[in-house]
Amino acid sequence: MNQFSVLSARFSVFGSRVAAGLVFAALFACNPASAQTKAVVLKGGKVLTITHGVIENGVVVMENGKISAVGAGASVKIPAGAQVIDVTGMTVYPGLIDSETNLGLTEISAENMTNDLVEPSDEIMPHMHTADAFHAETALIPVARINGVTNAIVAPTSTDTLPGQDSFIQLDGKSADEMLLVRDIALPLNFTGEQRRRESWEKRKYPSTRMGMAAQLRQAFIDARDYEGKLAEYDKKKDAAAKDNKPEPLAPKRDLRLEALLPYLHGKKQIVLAAEGPSDLETAVRLANEFNLKIVLNHVSHSQAVLDYIAGLKVPVIVGPIYQEPKPEERFDTVYSLPAELHKRGVKIAFATYDAHGVRNLPYQAGFATAFGLPYEDALKAITLNPAEIWGVADKLGSLDAGKTANVVVANGDPLDVKTDVKRVFIEGREIPLTNRQTVLRDMYSK
Amino acid sequence: MKVDRVAIRFLRWLVFVCVLLCGALLAQQQASPTQTQDVLIKNAVVMTVTHGNIKNGSIYVKDGKIAAVGENVSAPAGVAVVDAGGKFVTPGIIDSHSHIALDDDVNEATSPITPHMMMMDAFDYQDKAIYRGLAGGVTTSLLLHGSANMIGGQAVVIKHKYGLGRDAMLFPGAPRSIKFASGENPKRVYGSRDQLPSTRMGNFAVQREALVQAQDYMKEWDNYEAKVKKGDKDATQPKHDLKLEALADVLRGKLMVQIHCYRADEFLNEIAMAKEFGYKIRAFHHALEAYKVPEKIAAENIAIATFADWWGYKEEAWDAIPWNAVISMRKGVRVAIKSDSDDFARRLNQEAGKTMRYGGATEDEALKMITLNAAWIVGVDDRVGSIDVGKDADLVIWDGYPLSSFAVPNKVFIDGGVYFDRALPGFGMPQYQEGQ
Repeated sequence: MNQFSVLSARFSVFGSRVAAGLVFAALFACNPASAQTKAVVLKGGKVLTITHGVIENGVVVMENGKISAVGAGASVKIPAGAQVIDVTGMTVYPGLIDSETNLGLTEISAENMTNDLVEPSDEIMPHMHTADAFHAETALIPVARINGVTNAIVAPTSTDTLPGQDSFIQLDGKSADEMLLVRDIALPLNFTGEQRRRESWEKRKYPSTRMGMAAQLRQAFIDARDYEGKLAEYDKKKDAAAKDNKPEPLAPKRDLRLEALLPYLHGKKQIVLAAEGPSDLETAVRLANEFNLKIVLNHVSHSQAVLDYIAGLKVPVIVGPIYQEPKPEERFDTVYSLPAELHKRGVKIAFATYDAHGVRNLPYQAGFATAFGLPYEDALKAITLNPAEIWGVADKLGSLDAGKTANVVVANGDPLDVKTDVKRVFIEGREIPLTNRQTVLRDMYSK
Repeated sequence: MKVDRVAIRFLRWLVFVCVLLCGALLAQQQASPTQTQDVLIKNAVVMTVTHGNIKNGSIYVKDGKIAAVGENVSAPAGVAVVDAGGKFVTPGIIDSHSHIALDDDVNEATSPITPHMMMMDAFDYQDKAIYRGLAGGVTTSLLLHGSANMIGGQAVVIKHKYGLGRDAMLFPGAPRSIKFASGENPKRVYGSRDQLPSTRMGNFAVQREALVQAQDYMKEWDNYEAKVKKGDKDATQPKHDLKLEALADVLRGKLMVQIHCYRADEFLNEIAMAKEFGYKIRAFHHALEAYKVPEKIAAENIAIATFADWWGYKEEAWDAIPWNAVISMRKGVRVAIKSDSDDFARRLNQEAGKTMRYGGATEDEALKMITLNAAWIVGVDDRVGSIDVGKDADLVIWDGYPLSSFAVPNKVFIDGGVYFDRALPGFGMPQYQEGQ
């Protein structure tokens, strides 16, 4: 980390240059394309379907925002009047999915007025909805798109145990409404120690230990269960009263915080459980099991000693970031090789950047994991089909199959390589201009 | 009797010689971790940086230096042979902006002018970050003071010989560098304490004032020495002042000035300040807006040490673009990609690879940004940074194409010795013993 990037977040001088910059960005960064009207055909490329192998000299047809056909050159019928794009020599693959970002919640990390990342006032904040803060016109999304990322989870940062609910977005749309594909798709539960309130002895407050964190979490879920009971009791009384023609009983006072936990109590929605080391992981999993939570694991960066335990949980893992540094006693490649080790044990994995400005680098993480033993196809899956399945959107996203949303990327090489230049990005069949405030600056100063 | 005496003398001599020999052998054994072995690396794609790639190339390493490189290289019989298996060999990566191995003692942020801080005094040679950088192919790093101060401390240049002692890790004869800063960091640190500087005006005023003091200090000493020369016995010697002495060395051109600087206007201000006081700027670090004024930077023969694509973390990084490196390079600026991060230091090869995508750097150009150009910034380009005869044998054998997402070093040589070998069990460090 830059020596000051963290420190500087304490200051919030909203300089006029920032304001001007944001206006400047807004002028061209949010450039939603209009709905697809004409069929588009990508012809002659190497098509990485994800679900049914690689098609050399393949054809992908997009109609009405959806993929209508994928196949080998001669076998696919090209609709009359379609716009046919020759992509010979190019690689064609589905839009990439980043399983944790802060997109739309920040512009300039050090400028607090541009940040809506997490509520630090309390630890149990399930009633915070990232969808409420999501800034559709952020300058960061068009930057993320230039590397073929078309969908992402937007999560609060991880300094609260229950920081608020994630959204699942599409990286293009006329407004936040079109971009927020699924609001409150999941709730993060963070148990890494980072959530302890122990900045200093003077500022120490509850929970300042893992005991405190666990007790507070447990109390929150017990409260939610009680609240649920109260609601059920009320419903019963109300029904009885209606039957007996009696006046309606008094409704329990609404508690937004507990109400927000209800869908998670019985595993209807997923909890994204973040832990790094084995003891935190096991403590948090035990807690989740007490309340029958449905979990997806997150990070597990230093849990190499309990990989079989993780596999035994039979839940997917959002792994990494693999760039997290090993502990002093760990080998240099301990975290790098984690995706391969999990995959070897049959765990479904997905990658995430856990970032906002660096979302465009998502595919490189998958690429680097192959250097440490993750099979190439599985690396690609971990940023396409696997996250689509984990987030329950595999009927629409994650592969090039007829019927799915036409989120398609065309690049001049290997999607996982740093040298590769993405040439075209389609979202719902619309070709997205690959411009952003950075390309504008580039062009302005290249003259 | 006489014969006996001769015999005794001979025996004494023999014992003496034996002791000498044994001692020498013992010394050699004890010193074995630092000893380099002559080696022939063959069957490699040698990426020389200065004269293209040599397919099926070999490198003969003798006495820690590159003795020969090419398609037909012969080495004396008995020299160890390393078969690279057709893989790529590059020079060791040079990180021209690092803060590893300083145990968080990066900023003496108690005064905006601290030129007498020596990073050497904080250098923690056992920091595992040195090893992790090494495992990513980094062999030389410039460990800089942080950017809290307008004038920070003096850098230390290390070779990543993890497992050896402190002095064995210092880059012998590397020139001295000093860190300057500008922009948001100094004004924030001191502004938050209601001290000068809290603005960019304050930043430059503080810097100028310090340099004026250094001029006065030099004058004082010049006057004194002139008096002494004239034989004036009453001349009183001025006080030795570590801080001003260090600044005087800046003005005397004895320190290479490395400036943390983001914005286009600040490059110009720093250049003007350097001209005003007669020192040279070696490199602008970060330099995310270099693409806005590349000609001005190139005209002064100032290099930049920049990020490949990092941006937006603060206001002065808001106009960063990933094309910065290549646009600046095409306008004549010497460009290096650096880490400024324990993490990025482990994969600078990938960061350099990004310049091929953003702006179309050639393979040689991209590689140069983490080798020869970085070496120039550190001032050791005559010693490292390319695979040329006479240079230090700091070499990396990769298991894939180095300027990609997919490559990891198999072996890393420094001064001809192997310091990282992925084939070894455990940490892969032949020179390192646990508990050392």
